[in-house]
Amino acid sequence: MIWNEHYETMPREELEALQLKRLQTTVERVYATVPFYRKKFDEMGLKPSHIKTLKDLKLLPFTVKTDLRDNYPFGLFSVPMEHVVRVHASSGTTGKPIVVGYTRRDIDTWAELMARTLTAAGIHKGDIVHNAYGYGLFTGGLGAHYGAEKIGASVIPISGGNTKRQIMIMKDFGPTALTCTPSYALHLADVAREMGLDPAKDFRLRVGCFGAEPWSENMRQQIEKTFNIDAIDIFGLSEVIGPGVSTECLEAKNGLHVFEDHFIPEIIDPKTGEPLPYGEQGELVFTSITKEAFPVIRYRTRDISSLNCEICKCGRTFVRMARVTGRTDDMLIIRGVNVFPSQIESALMQIEGLEPHYMLIVDRKDNLDTLEVQVEVNEKVFSDEVKKLEQLEKRVVRDIKELFGITCKCTLVEPKTIQRSEGKAQRVIDKRKI
Amino acid sequence: MKVQQVSVFLENKSGRLAEVTRVLARAGINIRALCIADTSDFGILRLIVNDVDKAMTVLKDNDFTASKTDVVAVEVPDTPGGLSRILDILEHHAINVEYMYAFVERSSDNAIIMFRFDDNDKAIATLSAAGITILKGEKVYSI
Repeated sequence: MIWNEHYETMPREELEALQLKRLQTTVERVYATVPFYRKKFDEMGLKPSHIKTLKDLKLLPFTVKTDLRDNYPFGLFSVPMEHVVRVHASSGTTGKPIVVGYTRRDIDTWAELMARTLTAAGIHKGDIVHNAYGYGLFTGGLGAHYGAEKIGASVIPISGGNTKRQIMIMKDFGPTALTCTPSYALHLADVAREMGLDPAKDFRLRVGCFGAEPWSENMRQQIEKTFNIDAIDIFGLSEVIGPGVSTECLEAKNGLHVFEDHFIPEIIDPKTGEPLPYGEQGELVFTSITKEAFPVIRYRTRDISSLNCEICKCGRTFVRMARVTGRTDDMLIIRGVNVFPSQIESALMQIEGLEPHYMLIVDRKDNLDTLEVQVEVNEKVFSDEVKKLEQLEKRVVRDIKELFGITCKCTLVEPKTIQRSEGKAQRVIDKRKI
Repeated sequence: MKVQQVSVFLENKSGRLAEVTRVLARAGINIRALCIADTSDFGILRLIVNDVDKAMTVLKDNDFTASKTDVVAVEVPDTPGGLSRILDILEHHAINVEYMYAFVERSSDNAIIMFRFDDNDKAIATLSAAGITILKGEKVYSI
């Protein structure tokens, strides 16, 4: 299903003309109103009038996370504070958070984009949406909330946490759609089972929109089986707008359509900064072209993806970005090999019975990196024979060796000993002191 | 003719075994026999208890991974050569012992040994035919 046929199925030529017009307006706006951008442009000898075609996008400077942090809290806002009706902030795991602002029109745009996202997942008026993304400074909760209200669905604004109460409400209110992080979805299933419920039978759920952290295709299959639903991958980041930057469609579940009438995506080589052609993997970069309060020019997301320009069977003309499988900054380099936690997750999920509760512990002993993979033993993989459990450990070690050429240590741990997240899952402990 | 054993996965760290026994004690469950198989980082605790289903429930409620496994309780004459004769019979019929452990209590004048065979049914048939007593579950749980 498509929320806004006019824009979502716009012929490419018409779309590109619209993008250029909007890009030029955005560039003029930031040059005129944001000293940070003006200074950068001036240093490069760049004027807004130099942007004559979409190809000229590559003339523009990149914006990186530290730029946003350096201008904390409101330094990159392009309108006076009196026009900002909302602020959000990203989790400040390292230092100060990143603060973003929205005008009234930005909030409307965002609701429109989340309405498109939920509609692409087949959610409509009449659905009851259990929204377990966190409400507050995090963009997930309110982003999904406004979109769900816009399409006329009934929203349960449950936010994150208090999981047992969530299960009770899911049982009693009968939501048909679930929105939360994929790791929290699995946690909900665990708790439901503990409470004697079968997540596949005891809820009315039909579909879920999951995002805000990288997850794998295997994890999708597990969530779909566990809840007996369709699981849709959605993508966004606060720096760009929040959720609602791109989404999969129910028809194809193959790549996430970027809402190109509002954001221009690029894939670049993270080392050289050079734009890469369609199909090649690299770092995802976004330029917002309609935002008023907090426009971003060529923002480097650090997310690894690729772009696919083939027209999708759902009818949308927007390019599709590949599922984000990792970030340039959560990539681990172990003995010189690039390792994304999501790749290890995929390997583990290939093993019958294993659940995606794992922890990677990286350390350095005698100048050599070590990788320990902790996996929880559940009833499906447990055996009363030592040799069978040792075979499981060996299988994990062998599969990871085949994947990366690295010999790891696999440790089986008791259930529930790996911390469950109620937001974004923490999968790596890096103890190396370099 | 089989006896149900409760097997529990344990991480090899201090306090885990104590936690299992504590949980069972609180539920009023009596441990009849036990043995631990261990490796450097995990162990498997094998228990014969007086109430298998209740033990499984309380262990799961306390987040342990536990499963039920069929084992065979064999009466072994408490005399030199008692066990040897039984193992001879098993060898002769190519039945493998996965693991075994002794029961603390005795049944009349005999010792009791718990066996897990690669083929429990074949082992029961073979040993019974050789005149060796196999104890029933109900009897073992209540010894």
